[in-house]
Amino acid sequence: MIAALREAAIAAAVAFGLFVLLVGLKTEPGSAGTLILRERFGDVALLCGLVFTGRLLMALWRARRAAVEPGAPTRLAALTGRLGSWLAPALLATALLLPWLPGIGRSELDLGILVLTYVMLGWGLNIVVGLAGLLDLGYVAFYAVGAYAYALLAQYFGLSFWICLPLAGILAAFWGVLLGFPVLRLRGDYLAIVTLAFGEIIRVVLVNWTELTGGPNGISGIPRPSFFGLPFSMGGEEGSFAAVFGLEPSPSHRVIFLYYLILCLALLTNWVTLRLRRQPLGRAWEAMREDEIACRALGINLTATKLSAFALGAMFGGFAGAFFATRQAFISPESFTFIESAIILAIVVLGGLGSQLGVAIAAIVMIGGFELFREFDEWRMLIFGGVMVAIMVLRPRGLVGTRTPTIALGERRKISAELVQEGRG
Amino acid sequence: MAYALQQLINGVSLGMIYGLIAVGYTMVYGIIGMINFAHGDIFMIGAFVSLIALLLLSAGGLMEGPAAILLVLVISVAITGLYGWAVERVAYRPLRGSFRLAPLISAIGISIVLQNFVQVAQGARPKPSEAVISGGIELMREGDFTVQLTYVQILIIALTLAVLAIFTVLVTRTRLGRAMRACEQDRRMASLLGIDTDRTISLTFVIGAALASVAGTMYLLRYGVIDFYIGFLAGVKAFTAAVLGGIGSLPGAVLGGLLIGLIETFWSAYFSVQYKDVAAFSILVITLIFLPTGLLGRQEVEKV
Amino acid sequence: MSPILELRGVTMRFGGLTAVKDVSFAAGKGEITAIIGPNGAGKTTLFNCITGFYRPTEGEVLLHGAAGTTPLQRLPDHRIAQAGVARTFQNIRLFAGMTALENLLIAQHNRLMAATGFGIGAVLGLSRYPAAERQAVAQARHWLAATDLLDRADDPAGALPYGQQRRLEIARAMCTDPQLLCLDEPAAGLNPRESEALADLLRRILAAGTAILLIEHDMHVVMRISDRVVVLDHGSMIAIGTPAAVRADPRVIAAYLGEADDEESAAGAAA
Repeated sequence: MIAALREAAIAAAVAFGLFVLLVGLKTEPGSAGTLILRERFGDVALLCGLVFTGRLLMALWRARRAAVEPGAPTRLAALTGRLGSWLAPALLATALLLPWLPGIGRSELDLGILVLTYVMLGWGLNIVVGLAGLLDLGYVAFYAVGAYAYALLAQYFGLSFWICLPLAGILAAFWGVLLGFPVLRLRGDYLAIVTLAFGEIIRVVLVNWTELTGGPNGISGIPRPSFFGLPFSMGGEEGSFAAVFGLEPSPSHRVIFLYYLILCLALLTNWVTLRLRRQPLGRAWEAMREDEIACRALGINLTATKLSAFALGAMFGGFAGAFFATRQAFISPESFTFIESAIILAIVVLGGLGSQLGVAIAAIVMIGGFELFREFDEWRMLIFGGVMVAIMVLRPRGLVGTRTPTIALGERRKISAELVQEGRG
Repeated sequence: MAYALQQLINGVSLGMIYGLIAVGYTMVYGIIGMINFAHGDIFMIGAFVSLIALLLLSAGGLMEGPAAILLVLVISVAITGLYGWAVERVAYRPLRGSFRLAPLISAIGISIVLQNFVQVAQGARPKPSEAVISGGIELMREGDFTVQLTYVQILIIALTLAVLAIFTVLVTRTRLGRAMRACEQDRRMASLLGIDTDRTISLTFVIGAALASVAGTMYLLRYGVIDFYIGFLAGVKAFTAAVLGGIGSLPGAVLGGLLIGLIETFWSAYFSVQYKDVAAFSILVITLIFLPTGLLGRQEVEKV
Repeated sequence: MSPILELRGVTMRFGGLTAVKDVSFAAGKGEITAIIGPNGAGKTTLFNCITGFYRPTEGEVLLHGAAGTTPLQRLPDHRIAQAGVARTFQNIRLFAGMTALENLLIAQHNRLMAATGFGIGAVLGLSRYPAAERQAVAQARHWLAATDLLDRADDPAGALPYGQQRRLEIARAMCTDPQLLCLDEPAAGLNPRESEALADLLRRILAAGTAILLIEHDMHVVMRISDRVVVLDHGSMIAIGTPAAVRADPRVIAAYLGEADDEESAAGAAA
């Protein structure tokens, strides 16, 4: 108890040091254009009090837990393992039925579309980071390539969404290979920082190449998708979706259609990934994550294997980008900042590297949670970052840390996270 | 000629700022082998603390001129160093020995926290501040173009050299420096020999943060406008500097900083201001691909 | 003797340091060739030159395989494995998070990959892949049985005890269908019973038509199973011949006695 109090007092003292200037004095524009200071020492005291209580409770809780149940984390792991077998089908069923569930309005569906977009991006990046072990911090570049590819192709050539979607994917995959080539020899954190640089280069080019991309103003008036050629229009005129199917024209038709579109795209990503994982290419990705040198000794061409992972991951990013463009009808470089890459990577890592279910859960929790805090506006990024740190500290292996073997002579048993390598590439 | 000379002066003073931040990256990478992603934001914190301290001193009318700047530096170093310590304690230490991606994600999380903390606490708008030191020495005149070495630039160069001198003595001559170098070589062995590695790593973060805060103060004095987002770009560029100089090499970090500062300044002056960030990023990519050990880094032979 | 592998004047320098100096010898088909030498003699460096992890500064490494003579020093390392040279590592390099069976299937990657139509066909379910996979599993099963690991097939490689990991690494190398198997200290850390089983396994591999090149510290093992012994000291080859001839060579004895290490007693005991 004394020790806990002492720790809490130290923490409060540190908090005082941290906050006394940055919180205690706010810089505000005063008269004559200069800055003036406004004091808020009450807030500092409040924060220090919070830190003190928080640290005290944590110390007490730790002392109690150490005394009572040392094996709590393993129990949690077993629980997620048991939940896993029915959670995936349950999530899928919910996703399929979501537009028809009671109480699901337009805003809920919009949120669903947003979450599914991130699920898809997470699954796409999971190929690169989770399976192949290549740490990519510039994934948003491919999302941007896909979005701009659709927007520009539609604007300049009048191509429809259904022609542009595969083109956007192919273009993104092409960029994936192009950016993948120079970084083949790089490892770990270096790879992360170079991919980050690539992502930023693409963004800076988007901002400055005004003639093509509209610069910071972006591109607006991007055509909305049609129901395989039948437009969604409010007038209910001849040849529109509502008229052909004899429905009352409603704005929700398009939202429901977009929802199922992104659901299909996400499930396609998942299907391809799951299938490849059980085949030589996917196994080679995982082997590369485990040990590159051993792969070379076994005659695996690392160049081809790495590039295929980059290309495939980028392709799904491109699909998601094209979807994003058609859904928003407006894109600008603002949407493709580094923070997006960080969020997608966080989803993959928090979900548990290589685990499809974990990524889906992490996307729901992070993006759904993020949207719930919408009214807190500027606080929510702060909380988001804090949650990222907290989850890593509490569960560094992510939510689902186990690995399922891809083939077995007898029964497939889960492999514990401790044995699985995180990839040095 | 005069124009080029002016760019040289500007490039060197900018490069000094990058160099000071780069030392923090290189030190942390050397000792725990991770990129301290939040280091750029620590620099930003340093700049904000300096701004507030400066306003506080001038509002009280207590001090002005060089004495005020010295006091601002002391305050900024102390508080920013505390941030460095707290970041390591909260986000990195619990993950030591954990798998490699965890600290990286945690670092990105902390970077988001620091940026948004400052945004919430101080507002999102850029903060302009009045010039504390103005004027300079006119070095040469060519037509109607004058080459000027401002007092701020002199201060930046002198201060950086002084700080680096102190820092070099710290690393090469003191017990703490020896402990740091020992941890860099082999952390487990160092701890077996009775070095408190946790404390050494903490102090590494504090020193790195202190250097970044000096850079923050100088950035504030030189450019006069700061916002909560300056840490990201400055961080990436300083990291580029560290890589260019050879990560793990302290003189390399300073050299890399100078080169990045010069390249960026000359690129903006002669080619295109819009694409100046692309120049820095491209150097990063090219260095890592063709010269992965940097200019002064050690060659590593792949162990099989 | 018809050689499977021939080294001609292989030299490897790192900066100013010459780790391997002008080494030339040949390893015969159907033979076990051992490379021995005191610590730091350049054994592993030479191995890395042969298997393509290092590119020799000078000299040639020729594989006289079924498909004619291949100069290995010009190939990237994954091509060397495809040409028919498989290797194990001194510090075991298994895919720890994957099962024993998966490890063996990855070794057959190139053959399986070709059967999938390089990934695309298999996703669409259009290929001969299922048959190829059955065949690959059969081969994996064969080597699991040969290394006495059949009951551990579905266990993660990282969870196996040390001796089993060593055997699994050999099984994995054999799944690439090599003509030459290079083993880096295969008996290190094994108990006498396990080394005995290892010697048996190596003889069976030899009988199946794969020549073996190995680095070994354990002189008992070397002297008993090798057909030919190459002795390195300070990067140079100081002797080559049958175990008996090498054992009697005064230069070899001098090299080992000159070094105060536990090999000294091992060589002494063997002599």
